[in-house]
Amino acid sequence: MPIEILMPALSPTMTEGKLAKWLKQTGDAVAAGDTIAEIETDKATMEVEAVDEGVLGKQLVAEGTEGVAVNTPIAVLLEEGEDESALANMNDATPAPAAAAAEAPPAAQAEPQSAPAKSPAAPVAAEPEWDGPTASQSVREALRDAMAEEMRRDPTVFLMGEEVAEYQGAYKISQGLLEEFGAKRVIDTPITEQGFAGIGVGAAFYGLRPIVEFMTFNFAMQAIDQIINSAAKTRYMSGGQISSPIVFRGPNGAAARVAAQHSQCYASWYAHIPGLKVVAPWSAADAKGLLKAAIRDPNPVIFLENEVLYGQSFEVPQSDDWIVPIGKAKVVRPGRDVTIVTFSISVGRALEAAEALAQDGIEAEVIDLRSLRPLDSETVIDSVKRTNRLVTVEEGWPTAGIGAELAALMMEHAFDWLDAPVTRVCGADVPMPYAANLERLALPQVADVVAAAKHVCYAD
Amino acid sequence: MATKAAKSSKSKGATAAKKTATKKTAAKRGRSGPDVASTNRDELLELYREMLLIRRFEEKAGQMYGMGLIGGFCHLYVGQEAVVVGMQAAITEGDTVITSYRDHGHMLATGMEAKGVMAELTGRRGGYSRGKGGSMHMFSQDKGFYGGHGIVGAQVPLGTGLAFAHKYKDEAAVCLTYLGDGAVNQGQVYESFNMAALWKLPVVYVIENNKYGMGTSIERASARTDLYHRGQAYGIPGVQVDGMDVLAVREAGRKAVAHARSGKGPQILEMLTYRYRGHSMSDPAKYRAKEEVQKMRQERDPIERLRGALLDSKVTDEASLKEMDRNVKEIVSEAAEFAQNSPEPDVAELFTDIYAEA
Repeated sequence: MPIEILMPALSPTMTEGKLAKWLKQTGDAVAAGDTIAEIETDKATMEVEAVDEGVLGKQLVAEGTEGVAVNTPIAVLLEEGEDESALANMNDATPAPAAAAAEAPPAAQAEPQSAPAKSPAAPVAAEPEWDGPTASQSVREALRDAMAEEMRRDPTVFLMGEEVAEYQGAYKISQGLLEEFGAKRVIDTPITEQGFAGIGVGAAFYGLRPIVEFMTFNFAMQAIDQIINSAAKTRYMSGGQISSPIVFRGPNGAAARVAAQHSQCYASWYAHIPGLKVVAPWSAADAKGLLKAAIRDPNPVIFLENEVLYGQSFEVPQSDDWIVPIGKAKVVRPGRDVTIVTFSISVGRALEAAEALAQDGIEAEVIDLRSLRPLDSETVIDSVKRTNRLVTVEEGWPTAGIGAELAALMMEHAFDWLDAPVTRVCGADVPMPYAANLERLALPQVADVVAAAKHVCYAD
Repeated sequence: MATKAAKSSKSKGATAAKKTATKKTAAKRGRSGPDVASTNRDELLELYREMLLIRRFEEKAGQMYGMGLIGGFCHLYVGQEAVVVGMQAAITEGDTVITSYRDHGHMLATGMEAKGVMAELTGRRGGYSRGKGGSMHMFSQDKGFYGGHGIVGAQVPLGTGLAFAHKYKDEAAVCLTYLGDGAVNQGQVYESFNMAALWKLPVVYVIENNKYGMGTSIERASARTDLYHRGQAYGIPGVQVDGMDVLAVREAGRKAVAHARSGKGPQILEMLTYRYRGHSMSDPAKYRAKEEVQKMRQERDPIERLRGALLDSKVTDEASLKEMDRNVKEIVSEAAEFAQNSPEPDVAELFTDIYAEA
């Protein structure tokens, strides 16, 4: 039976890529470990290596094809003793090994990926006051542009972190920055989070404006003492003398299929700390505008990104001065029946849920918090005073989470307006499992949001 | 005092041969004196005065702590004065200094006013952090002093970051980053050593080895008790220095600072020193014998050693030193008075200085 060679995923969140180059042609002998082809994504280039031996029977995807979905067969390998006639039988036969592999698609193909594109409520231009030109940009590009623009504007801004320079960023956020700004301002560090976070804070004490990239916020736990005890508290401890104008940024929360130590939402951890500002954008326009605001801010800002969002595109205002103020939530879909408050990747899920609810006659208002500290409680309270119902959605755990904080705020400020208890949709109270089905269960899904909204509307 | 005889051989213009003889004699007696011959009179007296100021200040702080005027933690620097005074004499304006929580001496040495430091200890409005930082957290950008940090070892990446900033801004400045023998086993110290060496940052790491990390002796905490070679794996040169001899400290400091300033990267200085008091005021110091402390005080005290050398070499006389002592005591008394009379912070201060205005 000929063996199908499938389009591989470079990362758990990759859904498609370009077949850049064939290195083996039809009829070429292939040994295990040989490079067959090169594939590219917006993040990286990778060589496809043969796992089995044989002869390349047929190329199924032409060189230069873009948008090849992960797990699509790209070539067929003939095993010893097989010839081209074996190819003819393939369509009839069940390609058992290939199917087995295809049965476990990367979780990146799960629904949240496509949510923003499908949702009619996704805002076109991010900020209502913007009526200038916009262009479609991925969150990844928006973040890069934000850093590049601020580095052009202010020579004290520099970027440091693991793989930010020569590798162009572990998630390709810093693509091109080394080339433009040089090694003095785009600095590869050793794998020593506590050390370089502290070096960044020390440099900020002296008036520089570091952007410290954590490859993911999971690794920032190595550095959390420097973030909290040094960056957040020094201004207060010094009676206002010493500031820490620094941005700590990187992907936060669950990616896909990376298990417990690489899938955690730190939003409530940092939102707890006076002296820090914490933002967690969803759209590319907000990612750009908030990162620029964070870099200009004279305080330490925790900038929580999301790996799954990096590749998603949104309309972004075309301006070097596109700034989104820290501390301001945004109503991304107006509605009268129930308020759904969320942030980061869960905004997409909430919008999808709102669409489903609309089909059942429930008009949900979706609020993207964008900033978690300071928290724009006013926008949430105003909304709840109209809808009288609140559902919170976050990937983080329930205990002492952002939802818990919002529930407390409602008790304090909107108690008389509530017609139903505030309901939280959170990540399951477990370390993140690896198995695809369990991981799905551990994360808030659209159906969970729909069910919670119906529940508070007494419509379930 | 029997040691005076040994001291007297250390007169101006002593030859190398003479010095060697002196050291030998001194070693027999368990005491050697600073080599005052190479330094001019004013500088010597200033070094002496600064050490004395720290000593008297700390004694006063201890007293005020006992009276309940100073709260919380209070880590005194008594015994270690030569380290910070000698190192400060090795740097110039524009250089920066950072340390941990045993920091009163560093503040005074950088030129911060005794009044402001003492008023911070009492948690008053007139303190350097307006009462919000306390003993462990004071800063002065004017004097290049960046704290005042309470987490053991955390000041090391921060100081390395200050050095990073000096280099980034193309300044010729150097950062003195102090750490104790307790901090040298923290992981982030080595993360910093690595990056400082990798990027050739202008930083001098001054390890104040006072032999005890709180109540644990260095022998019980460190696999090797010599600390000057702790940067060896990163190619950072290290020198062990008699941290009870202010001139030896200054000499080693000058070399290390010149090295760092010239762009050659970090240096480590291990200062062998000793603290006479407990780790903090609440430390009963049961972990070491009283005799050990007594012996140090009698034989190695940095202030007494310099005093002896100054008198022996006739740089000054008893009367002048007494006069200086009176002046220093006056400064400390004024500071203590100010610290008690300065009002507590306004209650509105509770919610200020958390964020800088964007």
